[in-house]
Amino acid sequence: MIECKITGLDVSIEKNNSKLLGPVSFNLVGSACTIILGPNGAGKTSLLRLLHGLDKPTTGSITWEPVAKIEEQSFVFQSPVILKRNVIENVYYPLLLKGTPKKEAITKAEYWLEKISLTYKAYEPAISLSGGEKQRMVIARSLIGDPKLIFLDEPTVNLDGKSKSQIENLLKQVINNGTKIIMATHDLGQAKRLGNDILFLHHGKVLEVSSVDSFFKNPKTKDGLTFLRGEILQ
Amino acid sequence: MSDLFQGLIQALTLIFNLDPDLYSISIRSLQVTLSATIVASLIGIPFGAWVAISVFRYRSLVIIIINALMGLPPVVVGLIVYVLLSKSGPFGVFNLLFTPTAMIIAQVLIILPIVASVSHRTIRMLWMEYRDFFVSLNASRWQIIVTLIKDAKRSLITASLAGFGRGIGEVGAIMIVGGNIDHATRVLTTAISLETSRGNFTLAMALGVVLIFLAILINLLIHLTIKSKYEKIDDRM
Repeated sequence: MIECKITGLDVSIEKNNSKLLGPVSFNLVGSACTIILGPNGAGKTSLLRLLHGLDKPTTGSITWEPVAKIEEQSFVFQSPVILKRNVIENVYYPLLLKGTPKKEAITKAEYWLEKISLTYKAYEPAISLSGGEKQRMVIARSLIGDPKLIFLDEPTVNLDGKSKSQIENLLKQVINNGTKIIMATHDLGQAKRLGNDILFLHHGKVLEVSSVDSFFKNPKTKDGLTFLRGEILQ
Repeated sequence: MSDLFQGLIQALTLIFNLDPDLYSISIRSLQVTLSATIVASLIGIPFGAWVAISVFRYRSLVIIIINALMGLPPVVVGLIVYVLLSKSGPFGVFNLLFTPTAMIIAQVLIILPIVASVSHRTIRMLWMEYRDFFVSLNASRWQIIVTLIKDAKRSLITASLAGFGRGIGEVGAIMIVGGNIDHATRVLTTAISLETSRGNFTLAMALGVVLIFLAILINLLIHLTIKSKYEKIDDRM
């Protein structure tokens, strides 16, 4: 079971003397898919980056058990990072860094390309893919090293319904295979379809951590209710 | 205009008659400048990449110095190398003055800042794009540098070509350290300078035409060699 503990009551990130996030303090225990919900500017990306170790907290500390090492986790960015190579080289790149022989890496990449229906574009330059294909490719790349935990920062934002559906199906398979997902989104439907529990953020503070059912039926805060109604949060 | 036209005719005559002097001077020009470009690239590209991804105290100062050195006058470089390689200089024992090696050393010093500066700028931009991804993968510094150089190879080859362009047309430094010795250190630019001073404008012009032709030929060959799938995509768009 993967557990996330944020110890200390004042974990925060400050940039240019303004607080982006915090103080926050919470535990995530056992659920397969945690959704970070909140309006734009709530601090969802900052929290994900902090949890993965891309940014260091100004104060406080984060403890992960049992997947403490950054190599055991992976991160899918909102704007996909595309290496200037072809699709299959992009997918197997993380394995090469870990020292996997190239032949073995290619075999694994071919398996993942088949899974995301991109085999026919394996040797096309990755830059030529459509938005949905790029996002599927980077998700496959993030999964090829068998991470125990995967962070996704709004992976389906700006994508059409078909691409969104393909990515959600892929993520469901990932969850069923035992990989924990922590995903930021402001798509309420997606949160319901994929999530087990919700971490609701506003103005850089965690206002609520509860199960999906509990959050959608009976949010604990007035801001949570306002957000669910689709009204503008001040 | 007649000198230009005559020069062109004479250049073609020399080329098609396989003039031995012209070929020996042209090959020496290429040997010196290509060697200098390769050495400068082998040093300048990894150095530029290292500066691009590193955080250290005097980073800005290093970048300012590299950029400033791009404008270094070749004559001054020639003078410095001359002093260093002359009999009384610290490297005098190697007897390198007035040899092609001395000319290569001078050209490396001229080309290096161009290659390092352009490499730094190119790799810095790519580094900003890839940075979070590398941190997420816990990539080592060596892995990062190798990946960035590989992915930026087209721009880096352009940086090397810019250095080659500066080197092949340079005359001040190689005149000082090479001495323009016939059949030893004479190259196209120093030969042009000599023929012009002799008033032999037509031959000087012919050598100039050959020089321009060689510069274009090298650029074209490298361009055709590295024309990648990405360029085909660019062409389609």
